[in-house]
Amino acid sequence: MTEVLFSRPKSLRDVPFHYCPGCQHGIIHRLAAEVIDELAVGEMTIGVIPVGCAALAYEYFNFDTVEAAHGRAPAVATGVKRVCPDAVVFTYQGDGDLAAIGTAEIVHAAARGEKITTIFVNNAIYGMTGGQMAPTSLVDQVTTTSPYGRKSESAGLPIRVTEMLSVLEGTKFIARVAVNNPVNMTKAKAAIKKAFEIQLSGKGFSLVEVLSTCPTNWGLTALEAVAWLESNLIPYYPLGIIKTVEGAVK
Amino acid sequence: MAEKVLMKGNEAIGEAAVVAGCRHYFGYPITPQSELIEYMARRLPQVDGVFLQAESEVAAINMVYGAAGAGARVMTSSSSPGISLKQEGISYLAGAELPCVIVNIMRGGPGLGGIQPGQGDYFQATKGGGHGDYHNIVLTPDSVQELVDMTILGFDLADKYRNPVMLLGDGAMGQMMEPVIFKPSIAQPAVKPWAVSGLRGGREPNIINSLHIKPDELELHNLHLQRKYALIRENEVRYEKVHTDDAELIVVAYGITARIVKSAMEKARLQGLKVGMLRPITAWPFPVEPFGELALKTKAFLAVELSAGQMVEDVRLAVNGLKPVYFYGRMGGMIPSPKEILEQIVQIMQGKEGN
Repeated sequence: MTEVLFSRPKSLRDVPFHYCPGCQHGIIHRLAAEVIDELAVGEMTIGVIPVGCAALAYEYFNFDTVEAAHGRAPAVATGVKRVCPDAVVFTYQGDGDLAAIGTAEIVHAAARGEKITTIFVNNAIYGMTGGQMAPTSLVDQVTTTSPYGRKSESAGLPIRVTEMLSVLEGTKFIARVAVNNPVNMTKAKAAIKKAFEIQLSGKGFSLVEVLSTCPTNWGLTALEAVAWLESNLIPYYPLGIIKTVEGAVK
Repeated sequence: MAEKVLMKGNEAIGEAAVVAGCRHYFGYPITPQSELIEYMARRLPQVDGVFLQAESEVAAINMVYGAAGAGARVMTSSSSPGISLKQEGISYLAGAELPCVIVNIMRGGPGLGGIQPGQGDYFQATKGGGHGDYHNIVLTPDSVQELVDMTILGFDLADKYRNPVMLLGDGAMGQMMEPVIFKPSIAQPAVKPWAVSGLRGGREPNIINSLHIKPDELELHNLHLQRKYALIRENEVRYEKVHTDDAELIVVAYGITARIVKSAMEKARLQGLKVGMLRPITAWPFPVEPFGELALKTKAFLAVELSAGQMVEDVRLAVNGLKPVYFYGRMGGMIPSPKEILEQIVQIMQGKEGN
């Protein structure tokens, strides 16, 4: 008697990811797909896909998807959800998409308590366009548009968007996770599941920020990138559940 | 609503949308179309519809993109500066072939411009407006009744061709009151098997998308769009001809300007001047065909617009050098009087030429 212990989630198609070696988008896609399978909502899920490295995610997810313009995913998701209130609608957005060009859309979708979920992938850099400075790039981080390192005097300090959104009344579940090791992956999946459950319960807006690597544009190997994330990103962007339906987590 | 009711243009558009089955509206306040967004805020909840005041025009058009993608009849409205903000989303709607109705109650520009009527967004509306090779279907009504009829027709055309439709009005049209009758469309409601609403056990995943990363695939998509635009040009040209049979001068105007031109034309006729009018009801597709025939019979054309001369370029292309094309325009929210247009007509017809 054989038992299947591990297989491709139904919510992912049998298509190879285009992501660079060591990039964690693939893991995050898989976690989202596993959660959708476990909640048995794949038949009623609509994913809103961003502009950025995940722009082709519609080729990987095995449910209805909409490709949004850069930063506009929360507005597009709002339109979809208002037409299909019983559907599960989520946006999948990077840091350039959500924290720079799309700040108005994410803030107001959250403020309205739009019954959607956002998976916010923060790797502190613009990946698709070739490694430019992001609003979440760290001080002194070298990128192609901060070749001498990000200087706070001219480029400001990195934004902790997730904490910022957590003070809005419309947000009912906000967490920051990482997928740098199996323990954190388990926690990340639990947070994503909780975020979808909040949407299903109709309570309001939910968001999970996932810290992620970009070995290609950080100029590091896959393993070095994980180490850099642990020693640089996590200290500035602390992991944990920031807000639940009961309010801020102290 | 079969009996005649007296309504303001902006509000009549809103009721026409409801009659057309539109139950989703996303917008942002701007003068001079605020009565429309306010009407939708009042009216849609009465019919279990969704009204949402967005944080910006950019967000509103992207909500339209989402709602249209999910298969709803959806509308947004704005005025010139707000329509500029929507251009990104309109390009995506055209690229992803999503049906929707976008209302532009034009005011004077450029920039913040003014809040009085204008027709300076003709280029933007008919030539694309956003990036890439695409066209909106552009309807240019000249009465409150036509605002109603064109709104209802606009939803049908949007669904029929999976294409954004722009209803191009102006501040005067939006504000003026006239009696109207609401006649529902007789067209069959569109089936939208391409829409995203969850698989619900029935089909393969749908993708609403304007991204085609491979050049050959993007070219094929563009060729498909161009074939669709050719079909629209073939089937959907609408215009009105008045007194053109014996006309020695044909005045070309649309929207509120056509109403003033009609008065000027009647005054000219009383003076024995053989003046006719050609009024485009679709600005895109532009009624090219009637100009070929009229250019053989008439002596000259005069385009009148609330702009520095935008539609006149389409008139010149359509006349193709066969006869002189004159232009008269006012800008900034200034509206020509019938007398002022009559003076232009007289000057041209007496060989003194117009401006």
